[in-house]
This record gives sequence, structure tokens and C-alpha cells, in this order.
Amino acid sequence: MADKILKKLNIKVWRQNRASEKGKFETYKIENVSTGSSFLEMMDILNNDLIEKGIDPIAYDHDCREGICGICSLYINGRPHGPDTEVTTCQLHMRKFKEGETIVIEPWRAAAFPVIKDLVVDRIAFEKILQAGGFVSVNTGGVPEANSIPVAYDDAEESMDAASCIGCGACVAACKNSSAMLFVSAKISHLAKLPQGKIEAKQRARNMVAKMDELGFGGCTNTGACEVECPKSISITNIARLNREYLVARISE
Amino acid sequence: MSNFLLASIGRKFLMSITGLFLLMFIGVHLAINLLLIFDDSGELFNVGAHFMASNPAIKIMEPLLGLGFLIHILWSFVLEYQNWKARPVKYNKKDRGGSSTWASRNMLILGALILVFLVIHIINFFWVIKFNPHSMQTVTIGGTVMEDAYTLVADLFKASIVYDIFYVFGGVLLGIHLTHGFWSAFQTLGLNNKNWMKRLQFLAMVYAVIVAVGFSVIPLYFLIKF
Repeated sequence: MADKILKKLNIKVWRQNRASEKGKFETYKIENVSTGSSFLEMMDILNNDLIEKGIDPIAYDHDCREGICGICSLYINGRPHGPDTEVTTCQLHMRKFKEGETIVIEPWRAAAFPVIKDLVVDRIAFEKILQAGGFVSVNTGGVPEANSIPVAYDDAEESMDAASCIGCGACVAACKNSSAMLFVSAKISHLAKLPQGKIEAKQRARNMVAKMDELGFGGCTNTGACEVECPKSISITNIARLNREYLVARISE
Repeated sequence: MSNFLLASIGRKFLMSITGLFLLMFIGVHLAINLLLIFDDSGELFNVGAHFMASNPAIKIMEPLLGLGFLIHILWSFVLEYQNWKARPVKYNKKDRGGSSTWASRNMLILGALILVFLVIHIINFFWVIKFNPHSMQTVTIGGTVMEDAYTLVADLFKASIVYDIFYVFGGVLLGIHLTHGFWSAFQTLGLNNKNWMKRLQFLAMVYAVIVAVGFSVIPLYFLIKF
């Protein structure tokens, strides 16, 4: 069955030349978009139109287009990654939109994620937090026997669930406080649940939280919006674990 | 330790500790208040109120409670300002209804409204009992002369529908505040996991309903019965 065609859409999009310049919204019309196309394909069609008209195409981040790299962003109609759950923007399809609708597209908004151009934001802050987390000590030498360190099944599952974080920043974008707590808690949790990360656990919690604060992210007020908007559905119970790890690390200082 | 309270999690730690302290106070306060509707002679409530006013443990807790309120209220404005600064450019279109509860997003607004209620509530009762007891009637129960706190409360609720409605609003606002505040306090202290999340949120709802209904029922009782 052929996909339905959306005859006309209005795209209200944030345009900003560079970080130092002021930005503003522009509204463009786009015609005949297949509901089977992805949101980013629609953006490509729009950009093609813009180029033909001699207008600077809209800059936006994209890479793998299969929902695993975490680079695509976009705050669409008031929600990070748009009106669908457990997907990144590249996995969002035009069937989620209505004929004649005005779609509002904004970049992630946070002091720690400055706009580079149009919809592209600088998410280096996440890398800095990871870097502050430091290393995990492992034995060198030959490949160890797989079952030499036993890990309980539930712990392994929870660790893997936390490790599915792709670092896209939707949690920060969704949070009314621009808090990075879900991201940091996922990164703390996937190690905290495993025996390998134990030695550096306290130092890791202290350093990552200190870096997160220094970079200007807000505090967590447990609204839970991050979990709902997370393309990987990272649970906010990880935030409870981060709080616990951090409080223990600080008290034992 | 000083920079602990400057770290984001440390700042929230203070909010949750004071919040839990106030939660306990609210429970005790409600328990004593409910004596108002179980004895129309007022004896039961007067004895309860006198016990609370003269008990040495409560005398120690009273300034601590005041401090708890002050920290919880003033700190919330500091935290909200810092969170507000974390997003200098706001969104043009927001659609948050599906991803978080209204109460969780508006704790400051709820808190500020409760603060307005609290100020008027203190002027109504606490201030009079504490600093102007001579204006009150006295009763003698079991040989002890005490201020007639029952008449002070009952007269206000019998005399004014506006106050009745105001106190119902106060109870309901507090209840809504606690639907989020109760479990959020445990989450912030790290006392939560995937099993306890549902339990704590359920307990939060139960506690919030008890608080909202419990406090609302008292002015309504006086409004309807008298």
C-alpha cells in the first residue's frame, strides 16, 4: 500500500548563523511529503528546495540514521526527538504529523549546549563529563576466562540497560531545569552494577558530578520527563543510584 | 563539607531532608487537628493542644521546625533560580503534559501558594496562642487551666465561609505538593530503586490524599454542622 502524501506542511524552524549571532524563527512551506519518509528525509527535501531557491540550507546533526549513534537531536513540536516514544529523530516518521500542520523545530536549549548553527548544538559537555569519570582499572595480559568474575543476571541486565544510553542529550532538552542527571546516572550506573568498576566508584561519582555542575547543567527535580523522552528509556531509578553513590562518596571523604 | 551544599546533589539533599522533616510534622499536626471533629465540647482538642504546647520535646522541636520551614522555603527559591539559569534561551513551543506531572513541574508555584496560606494560618492561630494568649478564653480541664484553643479555631470556622474555603484550598494545595514531594525526597536521598519506585509513588499518593482530605474535612465539618 502506498504511503499517504501530506500535500502541505509549514516548517517553523530556528535559524542562527553562528553562536555569536542572534537567531530567529523562519517559516518555510513544503509540499507533497510522503508519510513513509523519515523526519530527516523531510528535512533533506526541504533543504533541497531551499538550495534551489538560493537560501542557505538548515544545518542539523545526523549520522547513522538508524537510531544508535545519538547525534541527531531536534526539539520538535515541544518534545525532544518529536512526537513519538523511544525513538531518535532519524527514526521519527512523517506519519506522526497531520496535513497542513505547522511543525516547530528548535535546537536543544541549555546553557551547557550552545548553538553552533541553526539546529546544531555543541554537546562536548557530555564528553567532558565522561572524561572526568576517568578510567576503570583492569588486569593486563591475556584474555581472561569469561566466567572468572561472576556477575548476577539482574545486575548484568541493569548495567546493560544503563549502558544503552547513546548520549544524545534528549534528557537535558526535556528537563525543565536542563539537568544532565539522567545521562550522568546512566554512565555511573552501568559501571556501578558491575564488579569491574568498584575501585574507582567514589572518585568517579565525585568527579562526574563536579564536572556536570561546573558545565552549567541544572539540578534534578525528579519530574521524570527525561525517562519518557529518552530514546532508550533509561530509567530514573539510575538517578536514585547516582544520588546514593554520590552521597556515600561525599560522606566517606 | 561546605562545598557539599554547593554541589547540585548536595543542594537537593538539603531540600529533601527538610522536606521529610516537614512531612513528619504535617502528620503530627493533622493527628492533633482531627481531635477537633471528634469531640464537639472541645475538651479532647484542648488537652491535645495543651500537651503539644507544654511538652518539653515539642519545645525543643519548635525552633527546629521553624528552621526547617525557613530552609525549605528560602532554599527552594535559590535552587529554582539556579535551574532557571541553566536554560538562558527558552523554548518557543513546549509539550510537557505527557512526560511529567503538573505537580512535579510546578513545585515552586505550589510551594509559594502554600507559603501564602501558611502566613495567614500562622496569623490566625499560632501567633495568637503563642504571643497573645491573653486575648483568648481559658478553660479548666482536669484541674489544669489552659487556653481555649478549640474555641479560637471553632469560632473562625463557624463564622466565615471564606476562611473555610481558604483552609480547604490550603489542604488540597499541600496534598498536591506532596504527591510529588513525598517520593521525590526519597529519590534524592538515593533511597529508591526499580522495586521501590512504584511503592513510594503509591505511598506518596496515599499520604497526599490523607493530608488533603484530613485538613479539608475540619473546616467543612464546622461549616456543615454549625
